[in-house]
Amino acid sequence: MNLVFDWAWLPRLSQGLVLTLELTALCMGLGAVFGALLGLVRVYSGGKFSPLYWLASGYVHFFRGTPLLVQLLTIYFGLPTVGIALSPFWAGLVAMTLNTAAYQAEYFRGAIQSVKAGQMMAARSLGMTRVQAIRHVILPQALRLVIPPWSNELIYMLKYSSIVSLTRLDAGTMDLFGAGRWIQSRTFRYFEVYIIVALFYLALVLILTLVLRWVEGRVRIPGLGTPRRSV
Amino acid sequence: MTLLTVEDVHKRYGREEVLKGVSLTLNRGETKVVIGPSGTGKSTLLRCVNRLTEPDSGRIWLENVEVTSAKTDINHIRAQIGFVFQDFNLFTHLTALDNVRLGLVSVKKLPKKEATDRAMAELERVGLRHKAKAYPAQLSGGQQQRVSIARALAMDPKLILFDEPTSALDPELIGEVLAVMIRLAEEGMTMIVVTHEMGFARSVADEIVFMEGGVIVEHGPPDRLFRSPEKPRTAEFLRRISELYGQEGR
Ligand SMILES: Nc1ncnc2c1ncn2[C@@H]1O[C@H](COP(=O)(O)OP(=O)(O)O)[C@@H](O)[C@H]1O
Ligand SMILES: [Mg+2]
Repeated sequence: MNLVFDWAWLPRLSQGLVLTLELTALCMGLGAVFGALLGLVRVYSGGKFSPLYWLASGYVHFFRGTPLLVQLLTIYFGLPTVGIALSPFWAGLVAMTLNTAAYQAEYFRGAIQSVKAGQMMAARSLGMTRVQAIRHVILPQALRLVIPPWSNELIYMLKYSSIVSLTRLDAGTMDLFGAGRWIQSRTFRYFEVYIIVALFYLALVLILTLVLRWVEGRVRIPGLGTPRRSV
Repeated sequence: MTLLTVEDVHKRYGREEVLKGVSLTLNRGETKVVIGPSGTGKSTLLRCVNRLTEPDSGRIWLENVEVTSAKTDINHIRAQIGFVFQDFNLFTHLTALDNVRLGLVSVKKLPKKEATDRAMAELERVGLRHKAKAYPAQLSGGQQQRVSIARALAMDPKLILFDEPTSALDPELIGEVLAVMIRLAEEGMTMIVVTHEMGFARSVADEIVFMEGGVIVEHGPPDRLFRSPEKPRTAEFLRRISELYGQEGR
């Protein structure tokens, strides 16, 4: 077998990598804000009797219950029929953000509900409003608890962002996977390019995993849980 | 003179009526000890006083402000009533100092420096100034409960409610918490204490309230109530308690 790799692929792949990172970072950041709000609404809006609760729950179930691929293609190819035409980049970003927000809402809800009920009660007993209690007591603890599932979601979205290449990303706005396919279409080196692209993703995932581990350790509450390195 | 008035408070959870019309008054500087079997509504009563639990009916006044009125700013009332929980409920992500300081900064809007000084003074008062930087998980149960008392004290409460403050503690840690509470009572703090510590009740309480089945069965000064209870149910409860904890109580 004769594998051929070419340094000339690197600039194109690096461009793709940057776009992949941009998409992932933006959708995860926006998704965290949106997801946290949805999670808060689902916990604190007063449950089954509140329209807000139903709105948030409906949103979460809808976007978790349908494939991201279908969401993306609907936004990119479907919305223009009703006069909303988004560029490949924006269609990708919107689809990924809407989708991850639904998943993150569930992670935030779980984290908020894992904070012991006594914490809210103690905060309220001091005279804090509910909003103050959420801000000073509940969220700081929930944010720590959400880091592990959020890390998984980040890695998942990083890899799944490759579906944006199924819309017509032009040469200037190609993600990592799209860049690989572009090179393949010109060099016909399918196997080699897939290997390189896979290695790029793998490296990104490993780096992000390490960074998030470090963050998790940094914000760990002293005395709680088991330290990462035992003596 | 009267600081707190509780008038005919009822509370039901589903089918079960947990409080069946409880009334009591508390004078400034008074320490009332509430005793009674578990599941009797003691915690529910304490939580109704600052509406952590919403009573179904009945009225409550703190001095001349009606706590139960819809027009009352309940957060303003709560800031004046300390609450000490059985399982401490310290904010787990904050140091002892920040636990005591949070209410001062967020509720009382004290400037940071002033809040810090006040919080340190309260930690000093419970003997834990040297633990200011420690997180709750790094403290013993007794220390955690003392921090939670400091957290309540920092708000300058008119009254502190203690819900079985030593029940979650190992026996050897109970003394340090009771010592703090005894000193508070001596300094004139107004308190309602739910406890099974009969020794504490005997020596500190101005009045003992015996609750059972959602009603106050009997109340009176400790000497009288312990020596010659009027109701058979009170006598029966006291007998069971002394079997559990010994004649003198703890
Ligand atoms: N939030 C709640 N929801 C449902 N039932 C409750 C709740 N809190 C207390 N109860 C019930 O009310 C009764 C009295 O409880 P509680 O006030 O905690 O008693 P005590 O403090 O005297 O042990 C118990 O039967 C308990 O199960
Ligand atoms: Mg109780």
